[in-house]
Amino acid sequence: MTETALLLMLVAMPFAGAAITVMLPTQARLAAARLAGAVALSSLALVWAAYSTISAHEVLRTESAWIPTLGLSFKLRMDGFAWLFTGLIYGIGSLIVVYARYYMAEEDPVPRFFAFLLAFMGAMTGLVLSGNLIQIAFFWELTSLFSFLLIGYWSHTPAARDGARMALTVTATGGLCLLAGMLLLGQMAGSYDLDVVLAAGPQIREHALYLPALVLILLGALTKSAQFPFHFWLPHAMAAPTPVSAYLHSATLVKAGIFLMARLWPVLAGTDAWFWMVGSAGLVTLVLGAYVAIFQHDLKGLLAYSTISHLGLITLLLGLNSDLAMVAAIFHLMNHATFKASLFMAAGIIDHETGTRDIRRLSGLNRTMPFTGRLALVAAAAMAGVPLLNGFISKEMFFEEALTAQAPVPALLAALPLAAMVASAFSVAYSLRFIHGTFFGPDPVDLPRTPHEPPAWMRFPVEILVLACIMVGILPAATIGPFLDLAARSVLGPEIPPYSLAVWHGFNLPLMMSLIAMGGGVALYMGLQKWLRSGPEGPPLVRRLDGRRIFERAMVTLSWRLARTGERLLGTRNLQPQLRLILLVALLAGGGAALVRGVGPGNMAPHAIDPIIALVWLVGAACSIGAAWQAKYHRLAALILMGGAGLVVCVTFVWFSAPDLALTQLLVEIVTTVLLLLGLRWLPKRFEGVGGEEAEVVSVARRLRDLGLAVGAGFGMAGLAFLVMTRTPPDLLARHFLERSYLEGGGTNVVNVILVDFRGFDTLGEIVVVSIVALTVYALLRRFRPAPDSIEVPEQQRLQAAFDAAHPARREGATVEDWLLIPSVVSRLLFPVIAVVALYLLLRGHNLPGGGFAAGITASIAIILQYMIGGAQWTEARLRVLPLWWMGSGLLLALLTGLAAWAFGKPFLTSYYDYAEIPLIGKAPMSSALLFDIGVFALVVGAVVLMLIALAHQSVRGQRVEEARAARGATPEAL
Amino acid sequence: MELIVALGIGVLTGSGVWLLLRPRTFQVIIGLSLLSYAVNLFIFSTGGLRTGQPPILPQGGAGNLLEYADPLPQALVLTAIVIGFATTALFLVVLLASRGLTGTDHVDGRERDR
Repeated sequence: MTETALLLMLVAMPFAGAAITVMLPTQARLAAARLAGAVALSSLALVWAAYSTISAHEVLRTESAWIPTLGLSFKLRMDGFAWLFTGLIYGIGSLIVVYARYYMAEEDPVPRFFAFLLAFMGAMTGLVLSGNLIQIAFFWELTSLFSFLLIGYWSHTPAARDGARMALTVTATGGLCLLAGMLLLGQMAGSYDLDVVLAAGPQIREHALYLPALVLILLGALTKSAQFPFHFWLPHAMAAPTPVSAYLHSATLVKAGIFLMARLWPVLAGTDAWFWMVGSAGLVTLVLGAYVAIFQHDLKGLLAYSTISHLGLITLLLGLNSDLAMVAAIFHLMNHATFKASLFMAAGIIDHETGTRDIRRLSGLNRTMPFTGRLALVAAAAMAGVPLLNGFISKEMFFEEALTAQAPVPALLAALPLAAMVASAFSVAYSLRFIHGTFFGPDPVDLPRTPHEPPAWMRFPVEILVLACIMVGILPAATIGPFLDLAARSVLGPEIPPYSLAVWHGFNLPLMMSLIAMGGGVALYMGLQKWLRSGPEGPPLVRRLDGRRIFERAMVTLSWRLARTGERLLGTRNLQPQLRLILLVALLAGGGAALVRGVGPGNMAPHAIDPIIALVWLVGAACSIGAAWQAKYHRLAALILMGGAGLVVCVTFVWFSAPDLALTQLLVEIVTTVLLLLGLRWLPKRFEGVGGEEAEVVSVARRLRDLGLAVGAGFGMAGLAFLVMTRTPPDLLARHFLERSYLEGGGTNVVNVILVDFRGFDTLGEIVVVSIVALTVYALLRRFRPAPDSIEVPEQQRLQAAFDAAHPARREGATVEDWLLIPSVVSRLLFPVIAVVALYLLLRGHNLPGGGFAAGITASIAIILQYMIGGAQWTEARLRVLPLWWMGSGLLLALLTGLAAWAFGKPFLTSYYDYAEIPLIGKAPMSSALLFDIGVFALVVGAVVLMLIALAHQSVRGQRVEEARAARGATPEAL
Repeated sequence: MELIVALGIGVLTGSGVWLLLRPRTFQVIIGLSLLSYAVNLFIFSTGGLRTGQPPILPQGGAGNLLEYADPLPQALVLTAIVIGFATTALFLVVLLASRGLTGTDHVDGRERDR
């Protein structure tokens, strides 16, 4: 297998497995577990297959272009350290899958669990195998995301939701800092490639940006690895199912921060800044975590704080800036993963079989669960650092390092071994508490379940891990030696200092420290027994130092109080102030720019004023102001005046050489007016003078302010337009289109050729927008509920009906039926004429004013006219329009015309044209753009008709509602 | 000539802006229509005002800017007119739905607090 395939499979297989698992049915518990197990095990086999290459101190690499313009490539890279970590991820991952298969309850949606777990494995593998800084940050955030999903898996419990949210907030914020730090690091190294960065250590450490980059990267690493003061999220993440805790908090998530610090150790470490930041965070976390762990009553809480403490130990080792400490850190990282995973699983078994994790309620389980008890005893002893177990050896190495560390301040040299010893004594005490409190003492009373041994396969993963603890503890050099050597060499380079992996080094200082710590720990536990049995949860002295409360207060302040204050100060829920503000800003920006840059007169003399156009615009201005004046109380008048202004605009277009615009404007004007007329019926009646709201002083002031804005905007636009018009217009694009319109597009109407050919893609987008709008209008109106006071039949119709009812000679409803008899006959006669005009406009569009838009609107006007005159029922009985069909086929035709160009090896929407001789009609242009324009035509017909019919139908529906209500005698509320 | 059209644009803008700031939805829809006339005219005017020179070429030839008006602003405005119609329709329906749901035709969906 090539290295590319191997690396890609390692990263891709878990994600693929997750995608399959998540689609399994909820009750497919076994299938999900088997799939997850198969993926984890086969990945582990792949990791093992890579060993032969890795053990020859080679680095596996694969690279493919990602964003070449930014110098970024997707790169996977596996050296000894990454190999070791991948092995941990999949090795412990496989055991977790087996364990979870038996742990998860009947009612849990298990496939989702395994899908999250696999995706998390993939993210972790991606992180450790990344060969590129940005990629590291990307997978880093993915691990935050999937750990959020895993911790919050039991989303029905508030604790899980809060814990997941806190973990995500803390680690993802750290992740953002990390990204910023990575960007700085990449800038300093000149490349984001990890190999280049690792080789640029000295250059980076002397760079001015070193310190900010270091702070940002450490913020990421320390939040992830739950180091003081960001440690508080980890205990709350214990709300997760125990397999998740066992996986995330032993081998993977929290080790990601450690991994990153070790990965970048050759680049970033070796300075005083590194020593102070990493070392002190590690030291405080080591001691504080161990201290708090003693006083936890929850088994998992105890393990959580113990994890924090051990992570502090590893961080401290990394902070010591010594090669041997680095070796010890990697060694302890592996040891911690094995004993902590087995302890978490043991805690899960106890919880599973007894129903509680409270140490005060548990006792004497050794009699009912002897085998689990022995396993937990060994693992806890490894955690405490008892000789002949793996924890002992790495702890001895740690003591050795604490004694020989080179600290910038000599006073620290004395404090360091002391702190190490105290923390070690604490860890003996809490390990003792875990075992003694749970498995020894009198028989337990009043447990939720009767304790018994778990299924053999649930214990199996614990057995494997405990076996590893013993093997490494007794024969370190033979078991873990080669792997540790590999990992250390890939971080430190080929020259690593000599170290000895032996159980017995003679009676030396570290051994004495171990003995003292052990004795102290036992004594401490004995002394505290009474306090622990009765005392409250949490440690004495520092109980008030609750990170969670500080975090929550900060979150409330940030996301609630600050947001509320900001909204109160700056926000408004009213539309008018917002619009006013936008307009004011626009005015100030325009005016300011004019003031700063200055405004000069244009270079062209204005044309002489034609009295006709002046007169036309006098009418236009009157219409416009009139519409503004009347829009509140006289809507119909305002609508008519608005139409007048639109006609003046239309005349202006035709006057100044834009026949296409004039045509489209005229047609759209008609349709818009009909549309608004249809809407008028549903608006509330409003009479001048009623309510008397206008008399208030505030109202007058508000109106004056708005008037000022309006006048300012008007003068601004007028001035701007005048200045633009009296300057020579830029002609770069105009020349291009004028020259090529006929020669390349085959049409003489340049505007149309631009629309359907040169910028056909824009037009395609535009008709898509039009169809979306039409569908939205249709959808909104399907659920339309008119206001109660608009439901009744309009006054006119009521009067006519009353007239019929009052005259015995007249049939009821007769007046309403044959209104506008003559116009309706005329309009029916006009229908085919308008249809022919529409067709004519469509066909000539390429060469003369017209085109798909204009033709489409014309055709829809023909249909609307029938609706207006004949009524919806009459028209629909004779003329079936299927607007959706028109729209769909129009869009398809336009698309297919564009796609057809591909068949001839041309880019999308390339047009083809020719002139064909057609009998009777003569020479006619035959262009593929015509097909496109037909598509536009059909779509516009469909969209316009859809909107107008949907609106017009509301009256019919309103009447039906009215009739139904009258028939049932129901109240409006009941409808 | 330019002055007339510029003043026309100004009047349309002023009326449109005034209506845009009114509280009733119908006023706003009329205002938006007037404002879009103004904006369309303005975009159109950036190509310069020419009489009797529509950008319609003779068969088989290439045109130039001396003889023909600038077609580009016209194409832009043509698109704008159609889109403007679509948004007016959408706004009208939203306006009606809002009036049906809230019982008022105030732009905020509720009458101003007094």
